[in-house]
Amino acid sequence: MTGIIAVTSEGPKMTDMVDPRFGRAAGFVVVDLATMAVSYVDNGGSQAMAQGAGIQAAENVARAGAGVVLSGFVGPKAFQALQAGGIQVIQNVEGMTVGQAVDKYKRGELAAAEAPNAPAGGHKG
Amino acid sequence: MIYAIASGKGGTGKTTVTASLAALWDRPVIAVDLDVEEPNLHLFLHPELTSEESACMEIPVLDAARCTLCGECAAFCQFKALSVMGKTLLLFPEMCHGCGGCLALCPEKALSPGGRELGQIVSGHFRTDHSSSGRAQDAGFLMGRLRVGEAMSPPLMRQVKARLPQTPGTDILIDSPPGVSCPAVNAVMDADVIVLVTEPTPFGLHDFRLAVEAFRPLGKPMGAVVNRAGIGDMGVQDFCRAQGIPVWAEIPFNRAVAEAYSRGEVVARAVPELHAVLLALMARMQGAAATSISTANPAEVRHA
Repeated sequence: MTGIIAVTSEGPKMTDMVDPRFGRAAGFVVVDLATMAVSYVDNGGSQAMAQGAGIQAAENVARAGAGVVLSGFVGPKAFQALQAGGIQVIQNVEGMTVGQAVDKYKRGELAAAEAPNAPAGGHKG
Repeated sequence: MIYAIASGKGGTGKTTVTASLAALWDRPVIAVDLDVEEPNLHLFLHPELTSEESACMEIPVLDAARCTLCGECAAFCQFKALSVMGKTLLLFPEMCHGCGGCLALCPEKALSPGGRELGQIVSGHFRTDHSSSGRAQDAGFLMGRLRVGEAMSPPLMRQVKARLPQTPGTDILIDSPPGVSCPAVNAVMDADVIVLVTEPTPFGLHDFRLAVEAFRPLGKPMGAVVNRAGIGDMGVQDFCRAQGIPVWAEIPFNRAVAEAYSRGEVVARAVPELHAVLLALMARMQGAAATSISTANPAEVRHA
């Protein structure tokens, strides 16, 4: 399997939990599926923004070279930005570790989203 | 003189007080509703509205054919209103704060000014109890109304304030938004005197403290109005005494006030006991404004 996927994460390791927030995620664990090399992109700068965290996070994912992003909730502007960047969005991923999410993705159990699943300005649920 | 009627806590009676003051004001006056997210002063003053215009903020519009995706605009924008993603410059007009930086920076002239509707500016006239001009509707009324869905109220508030006539001798009463964030500060920053309306409860005191903290650095005379006096406790009065903030009026808790309010009446007209309370408040506000000139700008006073 090839490609680079980014998973919103509460920490830098595969054993850290998936952060269900996209824009305000702590960071992204970036996995190169061909080699299973793992790196981490801190997203703390987006967390501190008054507005536009989702757009900033989308830029961070694009800069990491990811073609797919796994997260819990993605808002409309982040979704639009990811789409424009040609990045596939897989949402409703939460309550598991980054490693478990990556395994599910590799087994083909996660489907790409066609629309955002959270309102602008952050998921309130 | 500009008087801002503000409060930390919402629902304490800013509009009730503003409407009563506007109705009783004994000098030429303009009543302004700057609580643009939910303007309601007109429900009590019943002004005759004579004009309505829409207010816009300048936002960038993209000519994609000229854009080279250099990203200068996106790098400059602090609000993520522009973002280069893949082979596209994305614009998020609702994020724009209207600074114009992207328009000035674009080396390809690919961005041109457009407009995002902020809301409406409504103006008209209402009747005071003095009718000094002899006209039935003798005082000016001005209100901003934010478009539903618009998140930024200060740009609209600035445009409303720009419509205020600079007529010397005409006082301005501003019904401010609650809270202590940008909209509230924007409403009080140009005032000569700030009136803080609160209620004598722990909630009232908590938010009153925040308002004092937020507005005191502006260095303007401030006084408190304790509304619904008689309920709750003496915490607000004690705090005012300790902080040296005068209590300019106590409006007693009274069912008749709530009834008059619910009918859209000016309570100082509808409830006889309140008439004198509000007149005394007016006098104290005018007194504070007079002191404010002499302390803030002594050189000006000597010339006069």
